Amino acid sequence: MFAALIRWLDERLQLEGLIAPLRHKTVPTHRLSYWYFFGGITLFLFIVQVLTGILLLLYYRPGANEAFESVQYIMTRVQFGWLIRSIHSWSANLMIFTAFVHMFSVVFLKAYRKPRELTWVTGMVLLFLVMGFGFSGYLLPWNTLAFFATKVGTEIAGQVPLIGKPIMIFLRGGEEVTGATLTRFFGFHVAVLPGIVTVLIAIHLFFVQRQGISVPPKLEARWNANPSERREMKFFPNFMLRELMAWYVAIGALAALAALFPWGLGVKADPFISAPAGIKPEWYFLFMFQTLKLIPSKVWFVDGEVLGVLGCSLAGLLWMLLPFFAGDRAGRTRVWITGLSIFALVYVIGMTAYGYLAP
Amino acid sequence: MGAERTLPPEPSRRHAIEIFLGGGLLASLASFLYPVLRYFVPPAVVDLGGDEVVAAKSVEMKPNSGRIFRFGSRPGLLIMNADGTYRALSATCTHLGCTVQYRPDLREIWCACHNGTYDLNGRNVSGPPPRPLDVFDVHLRGDEIVVSRKREA
Amino acid sequence: MATLRPDLLLPRTPRSAALAALLAFAACLGSAQAVNSCLDCHSAQPGRLEVTPEKFSQDIHGQKGLGCTGCHGGDATSYDPDQAMGRKAGFKGKIDHRQVPLLCGSCHSDPALMRQYNPSLRTDQLDQYHTSMHGKRLAAGDTKAAVCTDCHSVHDLRPPSDPRSTVNPVNVAKTCSHCHSDAAYMKQYGIPTDQFANYSTSVHHEAMAVRGDLSAPTCTTCHGNHGALPPGVDKVQNVCANCHAFQAQMYQKSTHAKAFQDRSLPGCVVCHSNHGIHMPSDAMLGTGPGGVCMRCHAPGDHCDRARATILTNLTQLDKGIKDADAALSLAESSGMEVSEARLSQDQARDALTKARVTIHSFQAALVDQDIQAGTKIANADLKAGRDAMVERQHRRIGLGVCLIAIALMLVGLWLYIKKLEG
Repeated sequence: MFAALIRWLDERLQLEGLIAPLRHKTVPTHRLSYWYFFGGITLFLFIVQVLTGILLLLYYRPGANEAFESVQYIMTRVQFGWLIRSIHSWSANLMIFTAFVHMFSVVFLKAYRKPRELTWVTGMVLLFLVMGFGFSGYLLPWNTLAFFATKVGTEIAGQVPLIGKPIMIFLRGGEEVTGATLTRFFGFHVAVLPGIVTVLIAIHLFFVQRQGISVPPKLEARWNANPSERREMKFFPNFMLRELMAWYVAIGALAALAALFPWGLGVKADPFISAPAGIKPEWYFLFMFQTLKLIPSKVWFVDGEVLGVLGCSLAGLLWMLLPFFAGDRAGRTRVWITGLSIFALVYVIGMTAYGYLAP
Repeated sequence: MGAERTLPPEPSRRHAIEIFLGGGLLASLASFLYPVLRYFVPPAVVDLGGDEVVAAKSVEMKPNSGRIFRFGSRPGLLIMNADGTYRALSATCTHLGCTVQYRPDLREIWCACHNGTYDLNGRNVSGPPPRPLDVFDVHLRGDEIVVSRKREA
Repeated sequence: MATLRPDLLLPRTPRSAALAALLAFAACLGSAQAVNSCLDCHSAQPGRLEVTPEKFSQDIHGQKGLGCTGCHGGDATSYDPDQAMGRKAGFKGKIDHRQVPLLCGSCHSDPALMRQYNPSLRTDQLDQYHTSMHGKRLAAGDTKAAVCTDCHSVHDLRPPSDPRSTVNPVNVAKTCSHCHSDAAYMKQYGIPTDQFANYSTSVHHEAMAVRGDLSAPTCTTCHGNHGALPPGVDKVQNVCANCHAFQAQMYQKSTHAKAFQDRSLPGCVVCHSNHGIHMPSDAMLGTGPGGVCMRCHAPGDHCDRARATILTNLTQLDKGIKDADAALSLAESSGMEVSEARLSQDQARDALTKARVTIHSFQAALVDQDIQAGTKIANADLKAGRDAMVERQHRRIGLGVCLIAIALMLVGLWLYIKKLEG
């Protein structure tokens, strides 16, 4: 019956022409090919976010007077509201984590090199946008922690010389964090970012489809010399089935996390109280936040925070342009880049841990 | 991991795969869909959030009486005046947080803890309370008395 | 009239004239105010004669234009000591202790005059003072008794609303204690000197000094300020009733009111003390160290039994509330949402507070009414906490079912992959 439906559609839309190339798609298999799953897992978690996000939209109300209460309503009154909301919150954190893993696995497998530079660039932009999703979504329950984290975060953005203040006002919808900020973040979170990210994901996937999956340079060299050593599996159905298993494991993990550790409500935000001690951003911003905290308040004549913000931005930009100066070169440059990548990974993990444990 | 075919699996083995796959697919999809379908059903209590609340029904109130209702996470005081109009205020005394009450004999709001009094506009007139009570807006919607926070700027 | 020691005087003319001219010039440069020779000289005097312009600028009288000569007489424009402090200029010197109230009263009891400065200020302080213990003792010739300047300070006298004023509510107790905690000073009067020490341990002091609640009582709240006297043994509850109205009402209708009055016992103070009033606890109803009932009542009598009943009920409700709190905390830490029950707990606690107020009726039945109301609420909240834990169980079972389904699917996929790849 399923086959009959496909035939009916094919008669009208010539689906065969679209599907045929996909039948030939292969995925290389080697010792490190398990890392290939992480892109798909990130995509799956994004789909989970869209679906649970749409469900939350049925009951959530943006607005300083109602946001907290509507989330409380979802958690306590709506049937399985606690589940949908907790999955949304956990999946957000998991998605950012797998996005980072995906990015670092691409770095260490050197998949960013020619001809995949644009895939890397779109991927980095996606990573930044995904963190923007996290930042905007975090404010929506309008609790104390989120309020002050947003205040601190937008203030840091305002430290950029010249354009910082206009950026901060744009983000906040005014000079201070108010209900207007909440409305604006809501707009970013449910309309602006999803639109941009969907388009970028489509582009990113299109590149991957066109170019196939990359293989680490040494292995590629060996396989080029000895084509018979090449090992690969068909995307349909072999890799897809394995990917489906990974997705099911992800669902299981999300269900367990949501049921065993439901996401808390916090205390409703009160703009007039002073910030509680030890306000920290969410863990995915911690490594940058902790870096900023370690920079002395004045370095020469430059304000420490300004230096930190510019430094982080520069680091991000250079990292995004990695393929253009890491490129295809063998030998010492490659070792140097590997070393830098290891340093970046250790730095991110280390600073995150430090920021988490520090008072 | 090639695509070489061996002998087709025995019927029992194929059967096992069908059970696990089919059963697993059905069971997992059901366990995903069940909460989502229940989620769509609006709950019985249509909570109007912290912005406004149905404090009481108009039939429940008598002239020159007061009643405590829940507003968000704090108590509120709904008063029906002798002339039939309503007023609503925060019921948390600004001195030490006790719940105030309406005194029909005094036509005033009184706190039993330390004898603080407020007038019907919430202004602290005597005793320890340092600040007035917050006043809320009251509208009638059919036979429901709806209390809402004053519009914030 | 006091006289100044000659060696402290400036040398005579012409050097004094030159110095005076220089000082006058400096004074004109330094401020736009009129010349005040008193301050210019007395800012350099030692000890109790020292009054600096900085100090006097804090004084409310100085700010309103009443300078040194307004109370002390003399001539503030002259730098010649004979002229400035001469009898011709009406110089009074140091005001005698016994004359102080009259001097202050000469303005402060004149409504027409005070209206020109602050119409809402009272003008009956002097009259009140005459009724006070301080006023009476002063009239009898006791110069140790407090007069206006002893409490209000002098030369840097601030209005009571100023937090630095010696008579601002937060400072009143300390001001009174300058004399009343001085055992040597108070020896001849035969009254205790531990009031301030006791008050410092009280809830009222804690409210005022620690929490900053200016409505909390201090010495003058119960004793009066200008007409300061203890309220009297049989009037104590009237004073307490100003804030603790409910308790006083109940007490007045109870058996204890008449019983204490007949025995000249000071009402509320009998159980709660006067100065060292601590946060009451249920132990006051007990038979242990903090217990107050058994100081008078015999064990086993009707009152003792009532006491025991009341204590049992209160303890029961207290425990009920704590149990419900514990259940709700457990539910919360397991991720369940119980904010509504938490709110309801506030009402249960209100009922317990009300029950503790009703103790003052000394009728176990009345107390029990409040206890029952509170117990109902606490039980409902306990149930809410337990229901939340049951719901938590259900969620885990649901999770288990879902995970089994997922496991089935994973096994099926794995088998299928194996089949495909042989």
